[in-house]
Amino acid sequence: MAVERYLQNAISDWMCDDGPESDIVISSRVRIARNLKDHPFPLLATDSQANAVINKVSETIINGKMKQIGNFDLILLEDLNDLQKKVLVEKHLISLNLANESRKGAVTLSENEAISIMINEEDHIRIQCLYPGLQINQAWEMANKIDDILEKDLDYAFDEKRGYLTSCPTNVGTGIRASVMVHLPALVLTNQMNRLVPAITQVGLTVRGIYGEGSEALGNLFQISNQITLGQSEEDIIRNLHGVVNQIIELERQSRRNLVEEKRFQIEDKVGRAYGILSNAKIIDSKEAAQRLSDLRLGIDLKMIKGISASVVNELMVMTQPGFLQYIANEILTPEERDIRRATIIRKKLLEIK
Amino acid sequence: MLCENCGKRPATLHFTKIINGQKNEYHLCEQCAKEKGEIFSSSSESFPFHHLLSGLLNFDQMVEEHPLYTNPESQRCETCGLTFSQFKKMGKFGCSDCYKYFELQLEPIFRRIHGNSQHIGKVPLRSGKSIKLKKELSQLKAILQQKIALEEFEEAAKLRDKIRALEHKISESRG
Repeated sequence: MAVERYLQNAISDWMCDDGPESDIVISSRVRIARNLKDHPFPLLATDSQANAVINKVSETIINGKMKQIGNFDLILLEDLNDLQKKVLVEKHLISLNLANESRKGAVTLSENEAISIMINEEDHIRIQCLYPGLQINQAWEMANKIDDILEKDLDYAFDEKRGYLTSCPTNVGTGIRASVMVHLPALVLTNQMNRLVPAITQVGLTVRGIYGEGSEALGNLFQISNQITLGQSEEDIIRNLHGVVNQIIELERQSRRNLVEEKRFQIEDKVGRAYGILSNAKIIDSKEAAQRLSDLRLGIDLKMIKGISASVVNELMVMTQPGFLQYIANEILTPEERDIRRATIIRKKLLEIK
Repeated sequence: MLCENCGKRPATLHFTKIINGQKNEYHLCEQCAKEKGEIFSSSSESFPFHHLLSGLLNFDQMVEEHPLYTNPESQRCETCGLTFSQFKKMGKFGCSDCYKYFELQLEPIFRRIHGNSQHIGKVPLRSGKSIKLKKELSQLKAILQQKIALEEFEEAAKLRDKIRALEHKISESRG
């Protein structure tokens, strides 16, 4: 089945390249929401109306002018089991909302998994482009290009005054959500996040955990994204986010330098312990794994640990998520069983590198 | 910072109470806050976003005085059948025409969410062509006024020709 190739590897092809500022910025993502004119939004659509949208949109993506961007596979959510959906969510290829809430949801994925176009999520179309490191401009340019191509064949719901019309009033206007995933261990360690978060909120951006709305900030990973979609141009939104992220990178780097200068032993100890636990533990829960992997990553970035690449840590972050663990095991596991499997996978991976 | 009640656990709830103009700051841990009845909801369950949104949507006193005002709860989108009170509950529209039918009530809501109610971003290339031309036209007209005011008539004449050509294009694109 077509979906298997997208589930096998914890780390997408696009994530294998190092992007700019990759010691702090994991990835950049732009998502734009679009709806078709004269079709009820997915929330109110009947099955046949929803299927009509899937057919229309996927036809354009797979057989139309989108060929110039690449080849896409169409995956219908109703053909997937819960574990398969979970893995796609953990790899950020689909949203939690599409996995859990949508009736008649679908997704088209590009071969390198950098482009995901969701159909019948909250909106008819959600174009998502992912890039490694800080490449938010590139992500927007790609999403913009795809949007133009789709619009050649599809009639969008657009209003001169309100812009692109979306199912939720929080997305209306540009329909854009640009977000950058950052690893901020030094700012967390020095208790600066509590001050930083309100400051970020004041400039119209939000900070969330890695799996979007309401999710916890596991492993010192944060998603910073724009909140406002109406009354600002796309370029302003991107520029604003880029500017703020640049400042956050600078703050994190400064904190890392201070930590190394003032508390070198404590940091080396923390990193060494993380490496020790990860390479020897027999049971580890997801929270601890995320924290230790974050410590290990900090050690790699600070050159305290040699011979392990940051992309291995990225890979382990996804591989140790509950969905992926169970998918590899090919069965539903209890939390206790998962903790054992998680420890095994990490141990093996770290041993392989040695 | 430690909880000021038990002094053991870290304070996670920080709030200011003002009673009769008397201002007091509190720093409590979750457990003590719960015991003192100061907690609003358990922070372990995240507060569903759409509840917040429906909170925002409940401020419609501003439009009540409007001459076209009818009871917004009973207002209905004639395309998909969604009523305004259903929209408030879900925080989601049923179709793109809801924006038209609820226009009056939506204006303050957009301002509250986005601080703004007018789109200034991208316009679709194909279907938005005439919108784009219209925007260009109004910009040119504004510049023309400036040029006339500055008595730069040569420039103004060039602009006038451009505006005519554009107006022609717009009437053509309407078919």
